[in-house]
Amino acid sequence: MQDTLLTPAEAEALWLSFKTGAVGALISLPFGLLTAWALSRKNFPGKFALDLLVHMPLVMPPVVTGYLLLLAFGSRGPVGAWLEENLGITLAFNWKGAALAAAIMGFPLLVRALRLSFDAVDRKLEQAARTLGATPWDVFRSVTLPIIMPGLITGLLLAFARGLGEFGATITFVANIPGETQTLPIALYSALQSPGGEIRALRLLILSIVLALGALAASEIFAARMRRRIFGPEKEGRT
Amino acid sequence: MTILSVELTQRRGAFSLDVGFEATRGVTGIIGRSGAGKTMTLQAIAGLGHPDTGHISLGGEIFLDTERNIFVPPEKRHIGYVFQEARLFPHLTVMRNLEYGLRRRGPEPPIPRDEVIGLLDLRHLLERQPHGLSGGEAQRVAIGRALLSAPRLLLMDEPLASLDIGRRREIMPFLEALHERLALPIVFVSHNMEEVVRLADRVVVVERGRVVASGGVADVLNRIDIQNLILGEADDDSIGTILDMRIETHDDDESLTELSGAGFRLFVPRLPRPQGAPVRLRLRARDVTIATEAPRGLSVQNVIEGEIETLDKAGKSDVDVGIRTREGGATIRALVTSRAARLLKLETGMPVWALIKTVAIAGSTGSRQTAESD
Repeated sequence: MQDTLLTPAEAEALWLSFKTGAVGALISLPFGLLTAWALSRKNFPGKFALDLLVHMPLVMPPVVTGYLLLLAFGSRGPVGAWLEENLGITLAFNWKGAALAAAIMGFPLLVRALRLSFDAVDRKLEQAARTLGATPWDVFRSVTLPIIMPGLITGLLLAFARGLGEFGATITFVANIPGETQTLPIALYSALQSPGGEIRALRLLILSIVLALGALAASEIFAARMRRRIFGPEKEGRT
Repeated sequence: MTILSVELTQRRGAFSLDVGFEATRGVTGIIGRSGAGKTMTLQAIAGLGHPDTGHISLGGEIFLDTERNIFVPPEKRHIGYVFQEARLFPHLTVMRNLEYGLRRRGPEPPIPRDEVIGLLDLRHLLERQPHGLSGGEAQRVAIGRALLSAPRLLLMDEPLASLDIGRRREIMPFLEALHERLALPIVFVSHNMEEVVRLADRVVVVERGRVVASGGVADVLNRIDIQNLILGEADDDSIGTILDMRIETHDDDESLTELSGAGFRLFVPRLPRPQGAPVRLRLRARDVTIATEAPRGLSVQNVIEGEIETLDKAGKSDVDVGIRTREGGATIRALVTSRAARLLKLETGMPVWALIKTVAIAGSTGSRQTAESD
């Protein structure tokens, strides 16, 4: 069935996009939680700088981000060399690098969604939990995290969708290798570059739209359901 | 026996808190106008606030000692806190809310879970989410949740303030039942005299961040200066006398209860309490009539003989009369018009009779059983 619907190359691009987007969103989650929590709750020197840093991928040309990634995480980059030497992980020119690029590009979206959610949590609930015997970590796990869950899901899916469509940083950092780093948008770009590739490009375009809309719809439905369960139907505001 | 000892100072902007008091077994009410520093004091006791200097201990265990740099975090204090708003966890059912402290604190709650659920009438709510509860229901769940966390002390911050009159009537009996059932010391904050009279054994009066009086409820709250402070000039209707009495007999034929104490007897509508039970009454000064001669042929059943101890102007047209009862057990306040005081030529030392209608007592009575200790 799948063979008739999608060509093997398309299926591969779709799977690669999905994999890099999902892995990218998931690995950025713990860092996103920590960053959003710190930005929402703490006052510390350099807070403004951290805020700017987090948002840089949103405002910088993606090519610049990709080039910076290449400089830092490439085989001869300081972080890349260290990773390769100590952990045996190579990021340059493979799908893991594409996942990293997706993570970095989706990070601001994730942090923004999480930060808004943290801001909206009633701190008085956390105080109440402390008086009931919960340590600060326990409070985070049992009260704060469940309450921000709708925002967390939204942020995660936004980051995922952003990663799916990542082009500039990815192609700069890990190039265009079919089956390895050729995600949907890069495959689409390749199709457009080759003579007679319009039909292929059109098919990839439709695929991209379906995937993006699907992710967005899933996020909205899921988050709305969760908000309704937690806050009741009358307070169904966006968090 | 001192259980809780509090001594602290804390500055916040222009406001400075500097309070010290001790609480024993039973119920201690902290009363004062809003902004007096009541909530800040409770937060410091619970470990949610950080006083600048101070010392707080419960049953010998030190929670705060700024000189020795001791600060025990709230989760290690085992103090139950019922906040002004219920603060239920929105993502958990009522049952899971109740169990939140139970799971963490453990071994055994002071009263079994089923009994708390019964006492607070929560059984039909257990599977609900907090957003579907009324204010009174949510507050009852919050009280249950605090009780099940096995607290050694229960703090309550205006537990009834966020509720309307109907809901208050709904919760008040639960608080009274709670107090009678548990040997748990309770400290609660209120700006409402009625609440303190009904629930507290002892009272601490706070004004502008300082303790201005503390002691037995009747002793402290019968003071004219304290009543004026708490009620303000405008609220003459609420001034009155608090009397701690005992049930002498019940007269079931006429549906009356006879109370004794403070050297006199009073008839009130039948109270649902056993003979000998202590009862605290609040007589509104408005409801006390003064006669300068021994009255005869009156329908009023409660006539108390005494002499005028104090005469104070109250508001524009009234005089506040303090009547020392003949047996000397109490001073009863009566509010009469200036015109009446002039025509009757009221003056201090004059023998008078205070007339109290039985119904009047019923209308302004809060009855409760005081704790057996001290």
